[in-house]
Amino acid sequence: MRPRLKALLGAACALPGASCVGWQSTLSPQGPHAESLLRLIFAFAIVCALVWILVVAMLAGALMRRRRISREPLASRPREERRLGMLVGAATAATVVVITGLTVLSFVATRGLEASHDDALKLRMRGYQWWWEVTYLDPRPDRIFLTANEIHVPIGRPVEIELSAADVIHSFWVPSLAGKKDLIPGRDNAITFTATRPGVYRGQCAEFCGLQHAHMAFLVIAEPPEAFDGWRRAQLTDASAQTTSEEERGRGVFTQKACAACHTVRGTSASGSLGPDLTHVASRRYIAAGLLESTRGSFAAWIADPETLKPGSNMPNVPLTSDDLRDVSAFMASLK
Amino acid sequence: MRQRIALDVSELPMHGLEGASPTWWGTFAFMLLEGTGFALVIAMYLYLLDLAPQWPIGAEPPRLGPGTALTVILIASLVPNLFISRWARERNMRKVRFGIVIMSLLGIAPLIPRAFEFSALNTSWDSNAYGSILWTMLGLHTTHIVTDVADTIVLAVLMFTRHGTNLRRLGDVQDNALYWNFVVLTWLPLYICIYWIPRL
Amino acid sequence: MSTLDISSDPRDTGLDERALARRLADLWQTPRGIIGTLSSVDHKIIGRRYIVTAFFFLLLGGVLALAIRIQLAKPENRFLAPDLYNQVFTVHGANMMFLFAVPVMEAFAVYLVPLMIGTRNIAFPRLNAFSYWIYLPGGITLWVAFALDMGPDVGWFAYVPLSGPQYGAGKRADIWAQMITFTEVSALAVAVELVVTIFKQRAPGMSLDKIPLFVWSMLVTSFLIIMAMPAIMVASTTLILDRLVGTHFYNPAEGGDVLLWQHLFWFFGHPEVYIIFLPAVGMVSTIVSTFARRPIFGYLPLVLALFATGILAFGLWVHHMFVVGLPRVGESFFTASSMAIAVPNGIQIFCWLATLWDGRPVFKTPLLFVIAFIITFVIGGLTGVMVASVPLDTQVHDTYFVVAHFHYVLVGGAVFPLLGAVYYWYPKIIGRMMSERLGRWVAGLVFVGFNLTFFPMHILGLIGMPRRVYTYGPEMNWGSINLFVSLSAAILAAGFLLFFVDAIRSAFSGEPAPENPWNAPTLEWATSSPPPSYNFERIPVVSSSDPLWETPETLPVATGLRTDRRELLLTSLSEANPQARESSPRDSIWPFLAAIATTVMLISSIFSAWAVVWGSVPIAVTLIAWFWPKGTPEDAA
Repeated sequence: MRPRLKALLGAACALPGASCVGWQSTLSPQGPHAESLLRLIFAFAIVCALVWILVVAMLAGALMRRRRISREPLASRPREERRLGMLVGAATAATVVVITGLTVLSFVATRGLEASHDDALKLRMRGYQWWWEVTYLDPRPDRIFLTANEIHVPIGRPVEIELSAADVIHSFWVPSLAGKKDLIPGRDNAITFTATRPGVYRGQCAEFCGLQHAHMAFLVIAEPPEAFDGWRRAQLTDASAQTTSEEERGRGVFTQKACAACHTVRGTSASGSLGPDLTHVASRRYIAAGLLESTRGSFAAWIADPETLKPGSNMPNVPLTSDDLRDVSAFMASLK
Repeated sequence: MRQRIALDVSELPMHGLEGASPTWWGTFAFMLLEGTGFALVIAMYLYLLDLAPQWPIGAEPPRLGPGTALTVILIASLVPNLFISRWARERNMRKVRFGIVIMSLLGIAPLIPRAFEFSALNTSWDSNAYGSILWTMLGLHTTHIVTDVADTIVLAVLMFTRHGTNLRRLGDVQDNALYWNFVVLTWLPLYICIYWIPRL
Repeated sequence: MSTLDISSDPRDTGLDERALARRLADLWQTPRGIIGTLSSVDHKIIGRRYIVTAFFFLLLGGVLALAIRIQLAKPENRFLAPDLYNQVFTVHGANMMFLFAVPVMEAFAVYLVPLMIGTRNIAFPRLNAFSYWIYLPGGITLWVAFALDMGPDVGWFAYVPLSGPQYGAGKRADIWAQMITFTEVSALAVAVELVVTIFKQRAPGMSLDKIPLFVWSMLVTSFLIIMAMPAIMVASTTLILDRLVGTHFYNPAEGGDVLLWQHLFWFFGHPEVYIIFLPAVGMVSTIVSTFARRPIFGYLPLVLALFATGILAFGLWVHHMFVVGLPRVGESFFTASSMAIAVPNGIQIFCWLATLWDGRPVFKTPLLFVIAFIITFVIGGLTGVMVASVPLDTQVHDTYFVVAHFHYVLVGGAVFPLLGAVYYWYPKIIGRMMSERLGRWVAGLVFVGFNLTFFPMHILGLIGMPRRVYTYGPEMNWGSINLFVSLSAAILAAGFLLFFVDAIRSAFSGEPAPENPWNAPTLEWATSSPPPSYNFERIPVVSSSDPLWETPETLPVATGLRTDRRELLLTSLSEANPQARESSPRDSIWPFLAAIATTVMLISSIFSAWAVVWGSVPIAVTLIAWFWPKGTPEDAA
């Protein structure tokens, strides 16, 4: 980013309440796509602000100008009319020039954003009411794995995401990294971005998708390539072994009760596919698509009463004894 | 404000005809409105066609018989329709009465092949999007035939009452004839879409 | 009333003004009593009903807006549950667009256009009555459904599949779709009436280059309605078919397509913005000219700009779909066309500025609203240029930036001029002046409140807040701006409240209004305030686009119309040369009954498809009764 842009950003941050801590902000770009879009936004905003100031200045001039004696409304004054005509004509011509300039700017920016990448990391995201299914793709079938609501990406490497929707329209949007793209039932879309700095960036569904549209977030965790490879290897493994008897019992409850009908935990008999893959659920920062931080307590709360925490969610209220609930949440918390 | 007489309109006719008639313009506005509706339905048809891997979807193309019969009747009805419009302009009551009865019959006649057209489509509205758009096109056009023929019949009845000789009724006959032309002409692109495009 | 006692000559030629006024009043007055009220075909009575009803819906929609702002004032607020929140924002949007903005503009046109062009009633006055009686149940349907917890909850553009048979449970989406049908039928009817009125009923001499700009704007608007609203009718009908009888228009599994819905919706939805905005443009031109005390500068460019906007409006719809993944060539075209519409809008602004520059501005309340309009609307127009850029739009689409943008366009661009128009025409419609002192307060509060409420939303969008979320977490850092916005909304609400207080109070105790309180140049000011049922004793004859400035003391008029039947003058399309004396229909109860029959059919069809068949029978009966000749003098030809 050029220093001038930085200064402008600083100015934007000084606005009351505006936050540029921004893990989900157009104003805090963390990759080339978002940076180029922010430059475009600023370019447009500056031009528009100037135009607005000019118009308001003309308005003020028109209203406050001193006038000589009053005259009849229909007094014929061809010379003044001609002069006004030239002024209006000039202003219109200036409008055409500005509009053309902005249109060209927009086209140039579009072209800049479209470059294909052969070495891109490829994954697939599928939108569900109200969570994100993530599949890491690989030419080798044994290196493909599923996760949900959180993706890890290596910095500096383009990421290409195939987007699809299982039910209604959703929209993929991580403002710090790129613009948005809809996930549409019956159609295939894709989006590409690159993260340049390590960090945690938040994304959120941007197309109204029903009751819990507000709670359909996900995280993009950008990390150095080595860290990413480590994470990826860990995700490929089956669920970690249970170490305490509580967790052991929890696994029993999980696989025998309704949980296993919808969720998969690789390495156990649970292989449902209606809900998120939970093999490494405790390694994710949030559960329920950004609703709760992944702690044992929130696992318990979520399992005990999803309807109160996220009304309308497809996660059913499974009747469990308090012992079962304790054990299951221990099991969940062990799925690092 | 004080008034100053600047114009005397007492010699003007008591009723505007054709271009000077509000109903004539109103009919045009409604034709524009409904024509847009027809155009949009055709656009939907072409859009779905463009999207589909094969067209028709999961069905044989519609059988040509009933639709073609209806098309022939509709086109043939244009001839008496042009005549009735002329007779109305000439204020020839006897011929107008004769013509409006003929037009009522020619309005009802196409409903017979139309009834068979639905089964000739070889698809149902709830089979797939192809069936849905075909039924909608046919349904939309049928509504237009039915409403216009109802209007024609009411006019025919009026023609044989004491209101029949009123100049306004003759204007109504002309507007009704104008609208029937519209009903016939809008059918032609629909006919091509429904029966011939699937055969391409 | 059908047999007036006419002694000898039924024409108005020899009558003195008092005798003429008495006869015309007998002829045109709406009868008293409930039946009379329901039968009225007077465009002024219907226009007034329309305006009052539309403002009532504005009030209701405003209450919902405040509920939204309370809910969003702080993170994780529990004021509205998510299900209710979704109904609230959907009903707010649908109400404001379909029950307030479009009807209120048409309402003003229904009232004003016949007066401004110097005729006695609108064309097809019974259709006009019908249009109101079909609009009202449409609005009631939406609000009763909402009160019964059956309000639509799918957003005002009801995207499928969320609104489709699989995900839109219950009858909520059907209510939305059928409310559309009601309001579109009503809007289309008014559009047809206005086109014919403007084409055929202008005062003699009012050639195309002398038509008041508000009338021009309504003519273009009416054509936009006629060409755009069928798209939403087709869309809502096919949606109901999908939901009710199992068609597959929007089901991708059976050859349908969900984007088809978006194309159809926005093919209507974008012109819709101009259907709301262009009448406001006409109001601004009228107010600017009157209070700048000179004819509008650039009459011809302004008319051409209306047409250019109207045509371009149909080439923009895809800019609502820039993130659905359409081919780039298409997107580029729509970027260019969306940018291009800034040019005619620019021309309009420059012409108004030139008029004010060269004129002698009188700072009455209507002009204050116009000033507020220019300052505010230009921001909305410019952010419109921003969202027209595809790459830029990918960041701001479906965020609060867009919420800010369209409120700047719709409130700044249309509601500000509308409020100005109320202050301007209130004396004509009610016969009393509104308060100039309160008016200044209203203009100030609304202007300041609006900008404080909506400007920060641009920033909210840029820092990541999507629209239509019922809540957000404290970790998002959106709390303080949202609180600021919600508090500012209270100022805006106070402004509107004061407006309603002023409007109601002035109806009872405002200063009585003279014929032409603003010394305005157009024909509606050439008759008493409020105008008599017959509008003008004699039809004015026009020789200027500013007739009352041309001849301030006397009004040139035409004689020779009959006084034993409702009669008005038809003139030619371009030159407005007199062509015929045409009758204008009398009051009739049948439009009301036809609207009732239509309402029964439309509401029943939500529950059973067969209602379309049996429900048509009463409609047909009422329509035949409506059009059956009654042998009144109006039937003579």
